[in-house]
Amino acid sequence: MSTQESAFETGDQVRCTVGAAQAEGSFITSRDGMAVIKLGSGYNIGVPFGDCSFISRPGTQEAPEPAEVTQNQQLPPVTIVSTGGTIASRIDYRTGAVTSQFRATDILHAIPGLSSIARFRAIQLCNILSENMTPVIWQQLARAIHDEIKDGATGIIVTHGTDTMAYSAAAVSFMVQTPVPIVFVGSQRSADRPSSDNLMNGLCAAKAAVSDLGEVVVVMHANTSDDACAIHRGTRVRKMHTSRRDAFQSHGLLPIGTVSYPDLSVSLTDDAILRGSRTLALADRLEERCGLIYYYPGMDPEILSAYTGYKGIILAGTGLGHVSSRFIQRLANLINNGVIVVMTSQCLHGRVCDRVYDTGRDLLSCGVIEGEDMLPEVALVKLMWVLGNASSPENAREMLTQNLVGEIDRRSLQ
Amino acid sequence: MTRSPTDYAGLGLIAGIEIHQQLNTASKLFCRCPTTIREAEDATGEYFRYLRATRSELGELDRAAEEEMMQVRRFRYLQYDTTCLVENDEEPPTPLNSEALDIVLTIAKLTGMSPVPEIHTMRKLVIDGSNTSGFQRTALVAMQGSLPTGAVIETVCIEEEAAQRLEDANFSLDRLGIPLIEITTAPCLHTPEMVQETAALIGMYLRSTGRVKRGIGTIRQDVNVSIREGGRVEIKGVQELDLLAEVVRREVRRQVELLTIKDELIARGASVETEPVEVTHLFKESGSKILKKAKMILAIRLNQFAGLVGREIQPGRRLGSEMSDYAKKCGVGGLFHTDELPAYGVTIEEVTALKTALSAGESDCVIIVADTPERCRCAMKQIIRRANMAFEGIPKETRKMLEEGSTAYMRPLPGAARMYPETDVLPVRVTSEHWAGLTLPELLSDRIDRYMQDYNFTREVARQLAYSDHSQAFEEAVAAGIKPSLAERAYNSCLLDVQRKFVDNLANSPIRDFQKQTTQALANSPIKDLQKQTTQALANSPIKDLQKQTAQAFSNLPIREILDAIQEGKAAKEAMPELLTALATGVSLTNALATFAPAISTSDLHAIVMRIVEERAEFVRERGAAAAGPLMGVVMKEVRGSVDGKAVSQALQEAIAKVLTS
Repeated sequence: MSTQESAFETGDQVRCTVGAAQAEGSFITSRDGMAVIKLGSGYNIGVPFGDCSFISRPGTQEAPEPAEVTQNQQLPPVTIVSTGGTIASRIDYRTGAVTSQFRATDILHAIPGLSSIARFRAIQLCNILSENMTPVIWQQLARAIHDEIKDGATGIIVTHGTDTMAYSAAAVSFMVQTPVPIVFVGSQRSADRPSSDNLMNGLCAAKAAVSDLGEVVVVMHANTSDDACAIHRGTRVRKMHTSRRDAFQSHGLLPIGTVSYPDLSVSLTDDAILRGSRTLALADRLEERCGLIYYYPGMDPEILSAYTGYKGIILAGTGLGHVSSRFIQRLANLINNGVIVVMTSQCLHGRVCDRVYDTGRDLLSCGVIEGEDMLPEVALVKLMWVLGNASSPENAREMLTQNLVGEIDRRSLQ
Repeated sequence: MTRSPTDYAGLGLIAGIEIHQQLNTASKLFCRCPTTIREAEDATGEYFRYLRATRSELGELDRAAEEEMMQVRRFRYLQYDTTCLVENDEEPPTPLNSEALDIVLTIAKLTGMSPVPEIHTMRKLVIDGSNTSGFQRTALVAMQGSLPTGAVIETVCIEEEAAQRLEDANFSLDRLGIPLIEITTAPCLHTPEMVQETAALIGMYLRSTGRVKRGIGTIRQDVNVSIREGGRVEIKGVQELDLLAEVVRREVRRQVELLTIKDELIARGASVETEPVEVTHLFKESGSKILKKAKMILAIRLNQFAGLVGREIQPGRRLGSEMSDYAKKCGVGGLFHTDELPAYGVTIEEVTALKTALSAGESDCVIIVADTPERCRCAMKQIIRRANMAFEGIPKETRKMLEEGSTAYMRPLPGAARMYPETDVLPVRVTSEHWAGLTLPELLSDRIDRYMQDYNFTREVARQLAYSDHSQAFEEAVAAGIKPSLAERAYNSCLLDVQRKFVDNLANSPIRDFQKQTTQALANSPIKDLQKQTTQALANSPIKDLQKQTAQAFSNLPIREILDAIQEGKAAKEAMPELLTALATGVSLTNALATFAPAISTSDLHAIVMRIVEERAEFVRERGAAAAGPLMGVVMKEVRGSVDGKAVSQALQEAIAKVLTS
């Protein structure tokens, strides 16, 4: 980590002047034109480069490799697919840098309890922040998971950044027909801190991955206490808080199970799809030219011209599923040109019904499809998948109104 | 070699202190919650968490953190309507509180320190549960300053306060995040008295800003002590300043005694066995409940240790207590050693059987622990570890203060491995303009001198006033032309008197008697921690409420308005105590003046005086002008403080002269 401002390298011993005081420390990095120095006490301070002078460059110290962990061959095989979520990470206390760890050994060192739950194989699909996730990576993920299950994995854990974890869980739900649990897990507190939720979420996810489940789920804290994780259906879950541990909440359906902590006992509800209920299949085609429009009062219909060339649009409308009358006229043009438009609601909770008010009836008569009780993001992912896999536009319209993998419930219970 | 535990120069005593003081800011250091301390009964919710140590780049845990990990503990946290998601470790911190930083910078400037050009907030691993995140946020703010005594201040840091431990693994979140200043001196102090004086001096500097919290628990001193042959020991959380010197004296004594034990062990050729022996069966019928009920009892033989384990190294502390502290880290309640047995229900026969089972001779000591097998094995490892340390002298430790100044082992000294950057808080630059713009408060020591010089107050009065919350109001009143002696009475001596009486009245006799009786009862009982028990008993008594009520009644009294009324002749200065009391009980100033200082015109006064003098004409003629003295009181009683004494005296003299000449 050398810098443009100086010839210092990370780890160099330097002397710096702070007013009337002198201090020695090791150079960490350059930040906004200042040299960041770690003093012997462990404190970092920022000092102008002009006030620092070189003392010595210590020889590089190789950090010892952690010993290989012997895995219990009697335990069920589970594959951890990493996409960049830091279920295991190491802090460099010198620089403060947090590095993600992907090898099974590193993960087992970071979360020692895992080794008594399953026998792990770890693969790193990518190392990205989840806001940089793309439908192409969803497809790679689906294929990797499919291959692992085909090769005998009895459960899959996907470590994922939390921002878009729900989108990926929905995408895999549509693309992989799974007989085994596929468990998405992340953490809301970085893994370097003693209070991180990665340990508990990781252990609960592992238990879910060897449980009787047979579907795609998200396993995260159920509440602010470290006493249970909720198991959410992959097509029913949404991140509902920017920072809390229990940010993930199910919609339209209660969580399909819980894993209690620290005893790690899994309990599933009657809604859960059980292991072996389905046969393994992969349908990984997606139509990426789909958009999600969040309607607001006064929204200029002209915005729709930006969607020229799109094959489908999800509307997050107001209330029961509405947009302005002006907007409807432009939508009608799009639909006439073959674009599929599905209405969902910004309310998130509840079912779209465009038969109550005139605006709704106008939407229906111009060909907008009611998205039932689907979450807008799930509807978007489903639209991409349906347009990639449907045999005809009629087939697509049909599939969009049908429940495929738990994304729609015919009855509203909540 | 003989070492005198009070020959500090000969022993090479080196000590330094760290002072932690809560700052009186509007909001916390990294969130917008108020810095209000709450009662546990006001909690609005609770939650549970576990913490675990994270590994450094070398795959090593910080030693102190590792020891905390021996017991997996479920921490319980109480929330309030004055705490938020930041305290819950459920939301990233806000930027560093600039009000708090300014106070810290001001104190740094007062002691001639140099500010750090760019302040970086760090995370210091603390996994004892007192920080929900598992770390304490702290930042180095300034370096290298000094006090007039020559003591060197090495660093000043700004930190967040930890959560208050209610008991065991229960914490209250109200205190978490209150800004703290940490002032660290160099190891430049060489006597127990110097340590205490330096702490007092730093305390005065802190108070001089007028922006630090006051009261028990708002300031804590840590003291680092070592002697030449000893080891560095950090004693945490000395809350009473007056105990600091005693803590140092006792620590020096402990180190000297441990060195003597070390010499003796080496001279005796002592050693520690490596394998504990199970002796559960020996105590199946024991009179000791702990031993009788234990799932497992393990014993270890310490060869040639007899007499040394039970030897006192500090009042109430033995080498055995040190071993016990180490063992307790595994969750056991303590240990028994043969230097103190038979006792606690253990008979001489059981001791003999124990010694026989361990093949222990007269000069050996046997230590036993009783608990679950897992805890026993863990505790035995710790006991063996600590017993072996006795050959090396003084372990480097963090210790906590016990009652009266002895200490107990807490954890190893933390390494630098436990600090890493708080990436959620951006660094803060201290510009030269910012630094230059900080105005320095007058030191309280200077203010005392000024009050003595300018107003002729005694040191005691000057000190009381300088340290009081009213000193600024006092100075404003004087600047407005009110006589300093009158203003002093209003803001200090008279106010304190009235306050004292107010408490007395509120307290009534039953509670005071209770207090006295409790103290007496406890003093006569063989119970050691008398003070603690009294405090506990009183903490839940209405006395606490009384203090609160008094403080409330006397906060924001319109004292200046009373002074103005006196100045304008609406009330006599003699009426001040009654007026203050009336206002404290909620009476308005107008009503108080009407009751205790009814307006009396000059002609009214003359009429009253004339009547009194005429009624006592004989007495006046008999005594002449000297009659004024005794009659003064009679008149003052009648005018009830509404007329200044001087005016009464003058009117009296005139009236007496009139009677005498008639």
